[in-house]
Amino acid sequence: MPTEHEELRQTVRLFLQRQSPEPEVRRLMDDRAGYDAPVWARMAEEIGLQGLAIPEDFGGSGFGYPELGIVFEELGRALLPSPFFTTVALAANALLESGDREAMLDYLPGIASGETIATVAFSEDSGGWDLDAVHARASRSGETWHLNGVKRYVLDAHVADVVLIAARTDAGISLFAVERDAPGMSIEVEASLDQTRKLARITLDQPAARLIGTEGDAGHGLRRTLRLGAVALAAEQLGGAERMLEMTVEYAKQRYQFGRQIGSFQAVKHKLADMLVEVELARCAVTDAIRSIADDTEEIELNASVAKATCSDAYFAVAAGALQLHGGIGFTWEHPAHLYFKRATSDRFLLGTPDFHRDLVGAALGI
Amino acid sequence: MSVTDQDAETVDAAIEALLLTNPVATTEPRDFLAAQFDAGLAWVDFPKGNGGLGLPRELRDRVFKRLEQAGAPDGRAANRLAYSMAAPTLLAWGTREQHERHLRPIFLGEERWCQLFSEPGAGSDLAAIGTRAVRVDDGWLVNGQKVWTSMANVSQVGMLLARTDPEVPKHRGLTYFALDLSTPGVEVRPLRQMTGEAEFYEVYLTDVHIPDSARIGQVSEGWKVAMATLMNERTMFGTKSMDLGPAEIALQLYRERGERVRHLRPRVIDAWIQARLLVSFASRRVHNPGSSPGPENSISKIGFALLNQRGYELCLDLIGDESLLYESYAMREYSLDAPEPDVRTRFLRSRANSIEGGTTEIMRTILAERVLGLPAEPRVDKDVPYSRIPRG
Repeated sequence: MPTEHEELRQTVRLFLQRQSPEPEVRRLMDDRAGYDAPVWARMAEEIGLQGLAIPEDFGGSGFGYPELGIVFEELGRALLPSPFFTTVALAANALLESGDREAMLDYLPGIASGETIATVAFSEDSGGWDLDAVHARASRSGETWHLNGVKRYVLDAHVADVVLIAARTDAGISLFAVERDAPGMSIEVEASLDQTRKLARITLDQPAARLIGTEGDAGHGLRRTLRLGAVALAAEQLGGAERMLEMTVEYAKQRYQFGRQIGSFQAVKHKLADMLVEVELARCAVTDAIRSIADDTEEIELNASVAKATCSDAYFAVAAGALQLHGGIGFTWEHPAHLYFKRATSDRFLLGTPDFHRDLVGAALGI
Repeated sequence: MSVTDQDAETVDAAIEALLLTNPVATTEPRDFLAAQFDAGLAWVDFPKGNGGLGLPRELRDRVFKRLEQAGAPDGRAANRLAYSMAAPTLLAWGTREQHERHLRPIFLGEERWCQLFSEPGAGSDLAAIGTRAVRVDDGWLVNGQKVWTSMANVSQVGMLLARTDPEVPKHRGLTYFALDLSTPGVEVRPLRQMTGEAEFYEVYLTDVHIPDSARIGQVSEGWKVAMATLMNERTMFGTKSMDLGPAEIALQLYRERGERVRHLRPRVIDAWIQARLLVSFASRRVHNPGSSPGPENSISKIGFALLNQRGYELCLDLIGDESLLYESYAMREYSLDAPEPDVRTRFLRSRANSIEGGTTEIMRTILAERVLGLPAEPRVDKDVPYSRIPRG
């Protein structure tokens, strides 16, 4: 790994250790906003995280997925509750993939500087993360578009300055932007299984919307956004799995039963070794996917699906194994194992389940 | 040692000179290999005069790739154990006379080697071997039984690990020899395995006389010498060309069999993903310069074993009731030019993948102790003389 990458990792890790210790994570789980605004500002101002992979033309620092991947991995380790994932991995990518230079100029500098929180509203009542899931309608009256429909599982919509919404017109799937507090858009935070991520239900009753990109032409860009988001999520999952493995190895060395460290029992060692195998293959999947994004190869979508499927399963298996090896304490509210376990569970569904992504891999193989 | 541009240039120049003075089209293979050895292009990392140029080991691939393009002969495939394992062991632990005697014939393919380590009573616990070598006036007298030996039928020399002192703890009483397999008392028998064929051999040693000049390393240093061999075994496995194996076969079967195997689609995809990741993981480690084969190789080993077993189970499900049948259990010895085995044979063969070269259980323990730093297994036989360790 290049030295600069190692430095970035250390910087982010240190920042998160200071700004997002477990008590802070727990405080934000119960907080209505679900993130800490001063920390959010410092992420942008002190280390420039929001703009890391946004091109310089749009106010960012022009790095790419190799750097962003490190950040997401660290965020996954720290479980930082924040609208970072949806703003950077989904909204910024949706704008960059939209081909709408004007919209990029309008929104990306704000995202890069930390002033703008943005999210993407895609899935609906029927669930699902392919284009067929989109039923919301957009209709035009004069120069203005209006949206109708219900969006579900929208990350951090309640704190977003702008919501990018997938909706259909007669021409097909299109992308729209609706500003915060637009009359006709109501946002309701739903109780989420993973309390470190806030999920909202958005009811669209004719709010005014701005068309992003070309009408009917957003399918390709949205699909790519979802895959790029899936790679970012896979990196987060990898980070979470790594952390759980470390935590469990530590515990297995400290915990004594029958006069021995429990980590000296083969039953425990072997389970931990299997968890290590999961983590290392997950890392391999993330690395491959990031490389194909960096090199802009034809395998981006395939590798993204491989990564999302692999890391979802790995994180869940490792989190479940960690819970098991911690014994009773791992089942308590007080211990952090359940926070990771719940993140691992909800991450399986977000942006498509492992089975959904394996199905896409099958399609890519022609079967 | 990392590869510099200058190293690469030195190697490239030596290759081109070799090809110029020994045109592939008009040079006998044996003569070409001899010239390659003399040019230091047999093992570029070995010293000059021993088939090398004293350059980084990573450059070996560069030599063989370029020579393959030029259509030159490559003796390694038929003599892999000697090339990859015996030669580096000899170099590290052998005498100058032993280098001169063996390295060149190994590279020319005139001296094939096999490995005489495992025994019926010493599998995972290799240091517990019981084959006994007793000092006699002019050398050693050896008695015992070795097992799971590949290529014993075509080899001239065996890397033999034997116990020379049973009254010290197990690791400390071993000595390593280069056994001439034509010595009276050496009997090689095919070992038939569950697939019906015999891929390996048993080697029985009865009053076999070995001259002391065939000893590699000092008396009682055999364990360290054997470790040098096994380290290189792991690199050999690591660099073996890898394909998607059962996943590719499953994919093909799935396509051929059409509608009736539709329900198996998720498993086919899953096998393909696992295979792709493992190949990627293994190739990354191979191409990572400066990385010696570490305990992380255990990850590959565990992964490929599981992939092969699950993958061929899937292949059986794909061929359905044809899995009730078997091609042939006729006993045959393994040969390089044997036809490709069918999936039922591969299925049976895959059961060994989690046993051979370190069982999955041993691999997990290695990962847990050396990567995760968990407490080591209690060693009840650690300070006990070999003769007093319970066996069975």
